[in-house]
Amino acid sequence: MTDMIDTTVPAAPGPLPVQPPAGCPFDPPAEFGALRTEEPISPISLPDGSRAWLATRYADIRAILGDTRFSSDTTVPGYPLSGMTGGGNTANRGFIRMDPPEHTRLRRMVTREFMVKRVEALRPEIQRLTDELCDAMERRAGEPVDLVEALALPVPSLVISLLLGVPYEDHDVFQRLTGKLLSRTIAEDARESARVELRDYLDALVTAKEKEPGDDILGRLITEQQRTGEITHDDVAAFAALLLVAGHETTANMIGLSALTLMRDPETAEQLRQDPSLIRGAVEELLRFHSIIRNGPRRVATADIEIGGQLIKAGEGVVVAVPSANRDETVFADPDRLDVRRANAQHHVAFGYGIHQCLGQALARVELQVVIATLLRRFPTMRPAVPVEEIPFRTDMAIYGCHSLPVTW
Amino acid sequence: MKITLDADKCCAAGQCVLIAPEVFDQRDEDGVVVLLDAEPPAGQHAAVREAAAICPAAVIEVQE
Ligand code: SF4
Repeated sequence: MTDMIDTTVPAAPGPLPVQPPAGCPFDPPAEFGALRTEEPISPISLPDGSRAWLATRYADIRAILGDTRFSSDTTVPGYPLSGMTGGGNTANRGFIRMDPPEHTRLRRMVTREFMVKRVEALRPEIQRLTDELCDAMERRAGEPVDLVEALALPVPSLVISLLLGVPYEDHDVFQRLTGKLLSRTIAEDARESARVELRDYLDALVTAKEKEPGDDILGRLITEQQRTGEITHDDVAAFAALLLVAGHETTANMIGLSALTLMRDPETAEQLRQDPSLIRGAVEELLRFHSIIRNGPRRVATADIEIGGQLIKAGEGVVVAVPSANRDETVFADPDRLDVRRANAQHHVAFGYGIHQCLGQALARVELQVVIATLLRRFPTMRPAVPVEEIPFRTDMAIYGCHSLPVTW
Repeated sequence: MKITLDADKCCAAGQCVLIAPEVFDQRDEDGVVVLLDAEPPAGQHAAVREAAAICPAAVIEVQE
C-alpha cells in the first residue's frame, strides 16, 4: 500500500509533562508513573524543537544529579536551555549555572549565611513576622482572605529581603519580575525584558550598597569579597538575583499548598496540633508530596554515561523530574499518600541532589515549620473559601502552587 | 563505627546536622561539615547511617 503513512519514522517525542491529572491538583503529571516503569529515561521535545532526555526514576535522578560529569554550565553546547526556568540567557549567570571549581568557590561565599545554626538563630524572628501577619489576618475575620497574599508570600519575601539587605518596600518590583521569570507561558522576549529590568534594579541596589554596605549578605559580599577583588560588582548583582528569586517563590508556594492540603485533611491537621513534635517530619513529607519544582533541574552530559540502561551521549541534555522521583514507589511506600510519620520522608529530592542541592534548604524548612505550626494553632477552623476546582493552580509556572488561595475561618 | 569525611566535596546545606547534631556540625567560616565525634556511641549509629544516605555530595563514609 504505497499511499499508507510511513510508520517507520518515529513520532516526535512529546513535551515535558506538566499538567496534574484531571481533578487531582496535588498529584504530579500522570505520565510519570508509566514512564518510571516503562521508559525511565525517555526522549522529550523542548519548546524550540530540540531534544532532551527526561529522567523519572529516583535512583537515576540521584545518579545524574550526583555526577558532576552531568554539567550545570549553561554555556556548554547541548545544555537544554529552551524553556528553562529563569530564561535561557547565559550572560552573568549565577553559580547554580556553573560547575566546580567556580561553582564551589562562589557558593562557599554564602553557605555560612544559610547554615543550620544561623538559620535556627533566626527562628524567633521568623515566628515574630509570622505572628504579625497572622494578627493582621485575624483583624479581617469574616471576609475571605487570600492566604498567598496575606501570609505565604510575605513571610519568605520579608525574610530574604532582611537577610540580603534589600528594602522590603521594593517587594512589588521583585515579586512582579520574579513571577515573569518563572512563568512557563510568557513569551521569551517578555521574560528577557523582565530579566533586564531585574538586573537594572539590582545593579542600582548594589551600587547604593557599595557606598553603604550594611550588616547583611549583600553588604558582607561587598566588603569581604568584592573589595578584596574576589568578585565583581556584577557578581554581587548575580548573587542578589539568584538568592532573591530562589528565596521567596519556592517557600511561598510550599506554604500555600501545605496549608491547603492540611485544610482538606483535618485528621492529620489535628494530629499535628496535638503533637507539634510531628511538624518537622510533616514538613519533609509535604516537601516530598508536593515537589513544586516542575521544570528541572537540567544538566548536559560531558561524557557518554549510561543511566538506567540508557546511554546518554556527551552533549545531550537531561531534564530531571523531581515530582516523579519523590513518588517513586520503589523508594516511598504508597507514594501518593501523605503520611506525616513516613520514616524516610527526608530522602526526598525536593531540594535537588548533588553539589547544587538547595543552599537555602535549612531556611525553607524553618519557615515552613513555623508558618504551618502557627496556622494550625491560630486558625484551627480555617478552610478554603471557594471549591477546590475554583482555586487557580500554577500549571503555567515552573514552580507549582496556587496563584491565590481564598480562605475563611 | 568509624566515620570519615571528604569535606572538600561538602556543599554545606547541613542535612547531616539536622539528622545527627551530636555527630556533625558546620564550621563558622563557610558551613562546611565538621565531625564532632568520629566514633559515636551505638545510640547515634542509626542517625549517622541516615545522614550518610541523605548527604547529597557523598561526603560521609561510615565503616562498621
Ligand atoms: S549533608 Fe553532606 S554535603 Fe550537607 S553539610 Fe553534611 S556533609 Fe556537607
